[in-house]
Amino acid sequence: MSILEVRDLKMYFPIKKGFFLREVGSVKAVDGVSFDLKKGQTLGLVGESGCGKSTLGRAICRLYNPTAGSISFEGKDITHIHGEELRTMRREIQMIFQDPYASLDPRQTVSRIVGEPLRVHKMGSKSEIEKRVAKLLDIVGLKSTDLNKYPHEFSGGQRQRIGIARAIALNPEVIICDEPVSALDVSIQAQVLNLLKDLQKEFNLTYLFISHDLSVVEHLCDEIAVMYLGQIVEKADRDTLFSHPTHPYTQALLKAIPRVGKGRVEKRVSLKGDVPSPIHPPKGCAFHTRCEFKTDKCLNERPNLEQINNNHHVSCWHRDQFLIQEVKNESEENSPQLDHPRTPSQSRDSGKRSIEQRA
Amino acid sequence: MEEHVVVKDLVTTFQTKHGPVNAVDGVSYSIPKGKTLGIVGESGCGKTVTSFSLMGLIDPPGQVTKGSAKLSGRDLLSLDESELEDIRGKKIAMIFQEPMTAFNPVLTVGEQIIEQMLRHLDIDKDEASKRAIELLSLVGIPEPESRFSNYPHQLSGGMRQRAMIAMALSCEPEFLIADEPTTALDVTIQAQILDLIQDIQKKFGMTVQFITHDLGVISELADEVLVMYMGRVCEQASGEDLFSKPRHPYTHALLNSLPKLGQRVEKLPTIEGQVPALINRPEGCAFQGRCPHAIDPCFRSQPPIVELSPNHKVACFNPVEA
Repeated sequence: MSILEVRDLKMYFPIKKGFFLREVGSVKAVDGVSFDLKKGQTLGLVGESGCGKSTLGRAICRLYNPTAGSISFEGKDITHIHGEELRTMRREIQMIFQDPYASLDPRQTVSRIVGEPLRVHKMGSKSEIEKRVAKLLDIVGLKSTDLNKYPHEFSGGQRQRIGIARAIALNPEVIICDEPVSALDVSIQAQVLNLLKDLQKEFNLTYLFISHDLSVVEHLCDEIAVMYLGQIVEKADRDTLFSHPTHPYTQALLKAIPRVGKGRVEKRVSLKGDVPSPIHPPKGCAFHTRCEFKTDKCLNERPNLEQINNNHHVSCWHRDQFLIQEVKNESEENSPQLDHPRTPSQSRDSGKRSIEQRA
Repeated sequence: MEEHVVVKDLVTTFQTKHGPVNAVDGVSYSIPKGKTLGIVGESGCGKTVTSFSLMGLIDPPGQVTKGSAKLSGRDLLSLDESELEDIRGKKIAMIFQEPMTAFNPVLTVGEQIIEQMLRHLDIDKDEASKRAIELLSLVGIPEPESRFSNYPHQLSGGMRQRAMIAMALSCEPEFLIADEPTTALDVTIQAQILDLIQDIQKKFGMTVQFITHDLGVISELADEVLVMYMGRVCEQASGEDLFSKPRHPYTHALLNSLPKLGQRVEKLPTIEGQVPALINRPEGCAFQGRCPHAIDPCFRSQPPIVELSPNHKVACFNPVEA
């Protein structure tokens, strides 16, 4: 069951110039994106810097007003709601930010930071809120003695736990995680990833997990969408994406990841050049400037995201060709990344437990 | 093989209001000519301070208090400022993590590249400019002539990192220190930059010291790897040995806690707790508080670094079985 539906969402930022601030163009940060979030599952959104993944997350939280398209949450259109309606919606969709140093007010104590959403939404009396905050800290693995400390007294991983406690304070349905572990050291990253997984199971949370790190995404996500220059170029469930990456960009991205234990590498097959500017995205397929398989069609016509297999969508004119090629490769060289066992998708118990029930 | 860089017992101390803190605490290693040493560790483990110490870039309240660092037999730590200036940029070059802050924003990329050529090489401005343009094209910057007169902000992140590499190479250094050169970059750009560094290393026969927190990058690049924890070396081995048979519990746990493509686990193994502050260095081994292997002596004395098998050194009283 999908809890959040995004259809053809566009988010353009105007570029203004001159004395009268005339609009001279726009940055097309998100340019026609559609997907569904299924309840209790995690959708991973990967892509390189500037591909629009964070903008997309923020637009869904309605931190921006989308330029076009629609977002609906539990069947209700939330694309243009405002005021009290928007506030009520935000109880259900929360966000965890990348930088645990910048996303917490340095002049507030932990108890104020975590309790703020509860106060804003008037969820109980002062003493009830205090009790709840203590409970939340316990859930994310902090001590009750931490209540009156300030953010600077914590390490990066602990700060991210505070951010997580704040995000789950209102018992939301959906949490948008915007690169929550990118700023953390490896040993701390594992702790936070485990915490996110535990919380999802316990409260039946739905995650939109934004990251540039494919190995983290593989660990956490049920379904993965790859973005390039404001568009989704490939979308599939986890197993399919890693065993049959079909879009040339996804393939290049997978090849570019440095792997532990592969031994010394002399030459990496990599993409040439940089991502083009989203102010003047290339005509036709957005990826054609870096694609070695481009043809005339790619230069002139933009491909749509089309289904090539059960739940596997690719936006490429030559998708059929690549799909076949990849399967052939697999049998030829037994490439290590492709032959992992398929884990049966685990069933998650439905019915959301609230924080009160847990206590 | 001839050892090109030899660092011995390096100690770098910072004076803080709570007392002196050793950010680097007795680090020793050597790199043969033309090889790559990788230094890995988490934030605050002293990997950057080690490199800065070699370059003579430690400013008060920090100070190199002990040890030696020899480049082709010449001790870098005993040089005065003017001697260091002759060496920096010419014999040793450094690539920094953040190319935006490492460049001067009010000078063009070209001016910054020729600056050090004019200082170190006996050539005039025209010749230096010509060389700079050659270098820019060598590192794969399209339209090098027009990029030469661009300001740093006009270049993308990957492009700036390339320009910095061009600058580092301008005087054909024999020793290159790369401090997290790809951390701020996207994976596809990172792959390009790593290829570039390796190509150039082969071409000029440079010795490279590569610092990163990314175990994957180190695994693909380094001949020899040094793992640091709280200012000390805890394990040193060839890349192959280190990643297939880690012996120090810290290296072992670090590798385990990494999500790996193609290997799915329900729960990632973690390292309990967090790195203590340097000022509260625990008694005995620095890792004892988080170590599942800790035994009695770990709490009392600091384990010496010993060679467990040929070319595999570990500082641990109770190493993980190979």
